[in-house]
Amino acid sequence: MTDTVTPRLALRGITKRFPGCLANDAVDLTLLPGEIHALLGENGAGKSTLVKIIYGIQHADSGSMLWEGAPVSVADPAAARRLGIGMVFQHFSLFDTLTVAENIALGLDDAGPMKALEGRIRAVSERYGLALDPQRHVFDLSVGERQRVEIVRCLLQDPRLLIMDEPTSVLTPQEVGKLFETLRRLAAEGRTILYISHKLEEIRALCDGATVLRGGRVVAACDPRARTARELAEMMIGEELTAPERAPQVAGADGTALRLEVRHLSTTTDNPFATNLKDVSFAVRPGEILGIAGVAGNGQAELLASLSGELPAADQGAVLIDGRAVGHLGPRGRRDLGLAFVPEERLGRGAVPELSLSENALLSGYARERLVRRGLVHFGRARGFAERIIDLFDVVAHGHRAEARSLSGGNLQKFIIGREILQKPKLLVVGQPTWGVDAGAAAAIHQALIDLARGGTAVLVVSQDLDELFVLSDRIAVLFHGRLSESRPTHSTTVEEIGLLMGGLFGTATDEEER
Amino acid sequence: MSLVRLEARGRASPAMVYLTPLLAVGLTLASGFVLFGLMGFDPLRALHAFFVQPVSSVRGIGELVVKATPLVLIAVGLAIGFRANVWNIGAEGQLTLGAVTGGGVALAFYGDGGWWLLPLMILAGIAGGMLWAAIPALLRTRFNASEILTSLMLTYVAVLLLQFLVHGVYRDPDGYSFPESRLFEDDALLPVIVSGTRIHLGALFALLAVAAGWVLIARTFIGFQIRVIGLTPAAAGYAGFNEKRIIWLTLLISGGLAGLAGLGEVAGPIGQITPTVSPGYGFTAIIVAFLGRLHPVGILLAALLMALSFIGGEAAQIAMGLPKAITGVFQGMLLFFLLACDVLIRYRVRFGRRRAAA
Amino acid sequence: MTDLLILGPVIGSMIVAATPLLYAALGELVVEKSGVLNLGVEGLMLTGAVCGFAAGYSSGSLVVGVVGGALAGALLGALFGLLVLFLMTNQVATGLALTLFGVGLSALIGQGYVGIPMSKAGVIRIPVLSDLPILGPALFAHDALVYLGLLAVPAVAWFLYRTRAGLVLRAVGENHAAAHALGYKVLRIRFLAILFGGAMSGIAGAYLSLMYTPMWAENMTAGRGWIALALVVFATWRPGRVLVGAWLFGGVTIMQLHVQGLGFAVPSQLLSMLPYLATVVVLVAISRDVTRIRLNAPASLGKIFHPDA
Repeated sequence: MTDTVTPRLALRGITKRFPGCLANDAVDLTLLPGEIHALLGENGAGKSTLVKIIYGIQHADSGSMLWEGAPVSVADPAAARRLGIGMVFQHFSLFDTLTVAENIALGLDDAGPMKALEGRIRAVSERYGLALDPQRHVFDLSVGERQRVEIVRCLLQDPRLLIMDEPTSVLTPQEVGKLFETLRRLAAEGRTILYISHKLEEIRALCDGATVLRGGRVVAACDPRARTARELAEMMIGEELTAPERAPQVAGADGTALRLEVRHLSTTTDNPFATNLKDVSFAVRPGEILGIAGVAGNGQAELLASLSGELPAADQGAVLIDGRAVGHLGPRGRRDLGLAFVPEERLGRGAVPELSLSENALLSGYARERLVRRGLVHFGRARGFAERIIDLFDVVAHGHRAEARSLSGGNLQKFIIGREILQKPKLLVVGQPTWGVDAGAAAAIHQALIDLARGGTAVLVVSQDLDELFVLSDRIAVLFHGRLSESRPTHSTTVEEIGLLMGGLFGTATDEEER
Repeated sequence: MSLVRLEARGRASPAMVYLTPLLAVGLTLASGFVLFGLMGFDPLRALHAFFVQPVSSVRGIGELVVKATPLVLIAVGLAIGFRANVWNIGAEGQLTLGAVTGGGVALAFYGDGGWWLLPLMILAGIAGGMLWAAIPALLRTRFNASEILTSLMLTYVAVLLLQFLVHGVYRDPDGYSFPESRLFEDDALLPVIVSGTRIHLGALFALLAVAAGWVLIARTFIGFQIRVIGLTPAAAGYAGFNEKRIIWLTLLISGGLAGLAGLGEVAGPIGQITPTVSPGYGFTAIIVAFLGRLHPVGILLAALLMALSFIGGEAAQIAMGLPKAITGVFQGMLLFFLLACDVLIRYRVRFGRRRAAA
Repeated sequence: MTDLLILGPVIGSMIVAATPLLYAALGELVVEKSGVLNLGVEGLMLTGAVCGFAAGYSSGSLVVGVVGGALAGALLGALFGLLVLFLMTNQVATGLALTLFGVGLSALIGQGYVGIPMSKAGVIRIPVLSDLPILGPALFAHDALVYLGLLAVPAVAWFLYRTRAGLVLRAVGENHAAAHALGYKVLRIRFLAILFGGAMSGIAGAYLSLMYTPMWAENMTAGRGWIALALVVFATWRPGRVLVGAWLFGGVTIMQLHVQGLGFAVPSQLLSMLPYLATVVVLVAISRDVTRIRLNAPASLGKIFHPDA
């Protein structure tokens, strides 16, 4: 590229302030035609705010925006679309009970009659290899298919700038490869792609340029292909990375005793949007971490609820803790037997947003920490428990009185994990331990989980993040369409192999489950 | 973008929690001023007749307490439910059932009462209210039916049941087929506890309910469970709290208290069973519960205020010929203003345009 | 043969009795489809009834009366919309407040109109069809609002499922965050839906006071607003099924009048319980199928939306 090329989009000095935080601080960004440009940064670095400003969902407090050389002000997403900006959201902006065609029509300003639109959808999806049936309902689609709906919706507007917000966090490695092919083809047509991610290897493989954000400011602009992943990571985080320490597994001490055993577990719910488990079996031994991989929506929520007791099993012998059948027990009964549980949604399930940290300590600690006496809450003890968690797990908060929602994602997760670990569980089940958490907190959480296991607790981690599972787990199994694969030892498997399993290439699942 | 906008506060404002009810009362009075003026009354005189005159005598204050008694009893119960997101809006029906069952006991033992009659009536009244609230509880927990609609529908049924009875088996045999029961005997009446007024034993029950309600919500583990279920049902499921049990519990408590309030009316100020036993206490108590911030002590104060709107309405009608319906307008308006003012707890009002990107 | 002859008038009066429910429930259906739960239908209907009556009585024109009722309902609806949308108040509490306020306000406005009779609306006989035996007069000899109400059913269905505006409205009720991200004005769309719902409830009330009774009395809606809310659930948010539900309830209402006419000695109070008990039964029958409710209920129903969140 030469200097004579007019940038497709140039941002100058974009600043956006929210109460209590400066989300964007004088951000500059230049995107050229045909470029795939990475916007790199940790959770909370200001990436989402910046793209929302570009797409007109939010408005900058100051700064200017040049579109193909001309100053513009984007009032709302419709104005962005008129300019030629399209956006694929991280949390898809889709409507479950509407059809694919209806969803796409909603994203177009000139949708026209439905029949003609369906034809256009078929044409675009064939051209870019994004298979879609316009008449299906969205709740019926896999996560990968949902993303295709979003992409096709953007492409139908023939955008010159396509914004992709964390598009691969929900895809299998193979699906990621396919997506990259599509993106490269789009770039070759002269379109610009702004690619938001914190996955460094992906960015090095895909992008021509990168802008790194930290704490709302641009800290670097570089060619990611010329940097190592480690260099990029340090720009992003601003300090050197340390991998978690891993003492060798304490094998043998417990022989063959199983702490958690799941036998032929199947679920039924009255929620039409749920993915039911089908004949899931596995076991976790004391001192061991079992990782469960899989793309979201393949039964993770149902598995976690079946283990926590929120969704009791029809067959009491389907779940066993220390050899005792507990399938019929609710959360309270299982906790009494030594189970602790960290759910996926930390605010709104793992913690009550409006309640203080002491009250949130009471939420799961009431029985094992003896915080209730003769029906009355012992608030002094609850406060002491909360202070211990805050202290031992470095939770940054305004004391035990702080409302749960006032904490950052990372600190709240440290609090919840601390609350469960301090109850000295025999078995800990964790969903998405570090989703949306900053790198410092993620490292601390990983270390805490490994230490807990080495102390003899059985740990089960359900995560979509393969890197995380490879760091933490002794064994990994994969959940697909409600079925669980055989587990394999982490040291003898690869990301590619697990990725294929995430795409459903095991057992009889594939042929039978195509809906 | 507009000239006035709301900006989220970092944390809820504790001061506003207490200030907004006062602000709402102030706005209601101001609107009342305007409303009276529009209707052609001298606003100051009308407001005086409505809100000051009725309580400027011992007797008047006594009447205030008499009217506040059922409001406190019902609102304390409703508030416990509202905290758990259990919307029992059929307290009027549960009150009516309490009058039907408790009063029915008085009539059944007419002529051979004793010291035991009143306690038996009280138990029957509570049981009647509980029974009527148990129906929405069963339908919600077993069949997922909205307790809002079922409890309200049952209110109409209860009122019709009362009318059926006073036109039938409850009717005074010597009453010239007038649809009213006999006057209760002394054994069946709640004793007056402050002489010179009509304040009866029910007022003491109301104070007990306030104290018990406070302990339940603020101190007990059940109260904690109620709050968690109301705020974040998923967190309650995570913690292993039994939502169905809490639905049953809160509906039975609020139904029982409403039943007690109904018994208190027929065995208190009314002294017999009439076709109408309540001027809408069960609905007004909803406003009382919100105005009192779902807190038992707040409810006590709010109930006195709302009781004033009832006797004020009657007094202003007699003194100035103001329509009685104005009471309902005041009550509804107060709740509107309160809900609107509550936005100040979580948001700040900002004036002026937001600066936009150039 | 006499049984058959009574059938015509029974069906005719059932359709009439169903009309106010039909208007109110269709309005509330559109409101709920946009994601807002308005529990204030009863208060809106009462206000529409009294304002409609006042406007009709003073102008001497039924059309002015109905328009007055609709405007009053929309105006009060606007107040509700202001509170729940822009001040983000709890929808359940605000709806209850609306009903309590409407009861008081209508009684205040209506104190000068109690007991004044109105002349009935003219009946529009549809030629030929209304001359059919038995069913002719039952189906084809009604006032204009009955026909308009029947036309409103396909009209609302067409709007919701065949127009772009309807698609956007459903999208807002399904997932307001996503609709906002796509650039739709969630609050504006919901406000318009609430205005429509208010106007429909106002018409429903005006129908009661101007044509059904026709006179004004305090609390004359007698719970029909709440029954209309239950009808929306019964219909699993589908306009066509609202019609079925409204006829069902019209039938129950009429039945209580005819049972005594047929010589059964059931006390009137017990018969009057029937519509309320029927509502409870119907609500239970539909709600117990959780899967069906989940598939049909707008997913954002009752949730508060703040554009900057």
